[in-house]
Amino acid sequence: MDSFWNVLASAVGLVFAFDPDLMEIVGLSMQVTLSAVAIACLIGFPLGAIAGAFRFPGRTLLSIVLNALMGLPPVVVGLLVYLMLSASGPLGPLGLLYTPTAMIIAQTVLVTPIVAALTKQVVEDLYQEYGEQFTSLGVGPLDRVMALLWDARYSLLTVALAGFGRAVAEVGAVIIVGGNINHVTRVMTTTIALETSKGNLELALALGVILLAIAFAVNALVMTLRASAVRAAYA
Amino acid sequence: MIRRTILIFIAATLLSTGVIHSAQAENPFIIVQSTTSTQNSGLFDDLLPKFTAKTGIDVRVVAVGTGQAIRNASNGDGDVLFVHSKPSEEKFVSDGLGVSRADVMYNDFVIVGPASDPAGVAGTKNVTEAFTKIASSKSIFASRGDDSGTHKAELRLWKSAGIDPSEASGTWYRETGSGMGATLNTGTGMGAYVMTDRATWTAFGNKGTHEIVVEGDPNMFNQYGVILVNPDAHPHVKADMAQRFIDWLLSPEGQTAIADYQLDGQQLFFPNAGSGPS
Repeated sequence: MDSFWNVLASAVGLVFAFDPDLMEIVGLSMQVTLSAVAIACLIGFPLGAIAGAFRFPGRTLLSIVLNALMGLPPVVVGLLVYLMLSASGPLGPLGLLYTPTAMIIAQTVLVTPIVAALTKQVVEDLYQEYGEQFTSLGVGPLDRVMALLWDARYSLLTVALAGFGRAVAEVGAVIIVGGNINHVTRVMTTTIALETSKGNLELALALGVILLAIAFAVNALVMTLRASAVRAAYA
Repeated sequence: MIRRTILIFIAATLLSTGVIHSAQAENPFIIVQSTTSTQNSGLFDDLLPKFTAKTGIDVRVVAVGTGQAIRNASNGDGDVLFVHSKPSEEKFVSDGLGVSRADVMYNDFVIVGPASDPAGVAGTKNVTEAFTKIASSKSIFASRGDDSGTHKAELRLWKSAGIDPSEASGTWYRETGSGMGATLNTGTGMGAYVMTDRATWTAFGNKGTHEIVVEGDPNMFNQYGVILVNPDAHPHVKADMAQRFIDWLLSPEGQTAIADYQLDGQQLFFPNAGSGPS
């Protein structure tokens, strides 16, 4: 147990040393993950709502595909995005490989199916209640989607957090497309992988504790916002 | 409330993206595809700031196994290749993907093993003899198994010992398919012998009871070479800046910087530009 307490102590020590390198790494982690989750929500919320609220040919297939893609292995996504962005790939001229943008793209691909599939479930359940009303009031398709998403907003926060959890913990994709370049594309998870490979297991675990604390803080913040918004809504 | 929060959140995200991008745009940069040993040993952390201070060129290092580094460079995803597997490097150049290859520095491979030394190889100077003893005693040996420079060198040594370890794969011969560090973590965990470059081992923080058991065989020589990725094959290669980096590495100044890098009072890499054995 000695090493466990050492790890906790060094994690706390790292945080309060305000090491500029660590701050930069944490900042980039948050920037990449939050950007990816934001984009995934912009795509996944409407996509999930459409899949949940309308009957159309291929709807079941779409649901199956979305659910299956929730299990996408990060390394596979990393390789796909690498092949797209590589200088020899179709998007090579954009010069995005080994940049934070490449990492955001990879994480967006990973997270969007999760957001879309969970949104579909939430909206589908809500539609059971709202469907007849919509029909009797003659509500148009766009308004239906907007109304469903708005009334599901508290559940969708949890959906976004599920996406955040996937993205913030992910290393396989970002290390391939980002390259783990010091001061450019090094994030928390790739640093943990690097320190593990150097045999600095305690430092790696201490960084892991910090990552966990950040994830905890983000979840706490969102849930607090949600709780106060719910109170405000019913006050 | 929620809508405003989301808007603020999106705005902040986009803003932070812009800020970080502009912060990075200060220096021109080149990308070097290299190996984990040069990064994990701390050499690059020591070397690159000296080059950047002199030239204002940032060097972005992607540290992967030699096999992957060569593949990435073949795709044009890098300006310089800095690895340690001479046959693969020469093939890279003869395939027209690299301009020319130059020796930069060397160190050596060592075999590390548990203090209990089940194969009784400690102190052996001859790697062929050591591999024969490990195989005949079926002592656990953890191999990189990842097509890296170290892995290729290890396979050459098994071959020269007349042993085909792949037949024992999964029994005493265990291919981790991972980087040097991960393989060392596995090896120390399962009490296995591991072949590693000396620099990575010296810098490694999780040695456990493992120590160097075999060293000093000339066959365990480990040469590093540097290659400019061919701009004829990949026109976007920043040939001018990349060539400056290569010239600096091979210059007396760069060579001295390599020799000066020490860890725990030990020199890890030995410069030999222009004088390496061919």
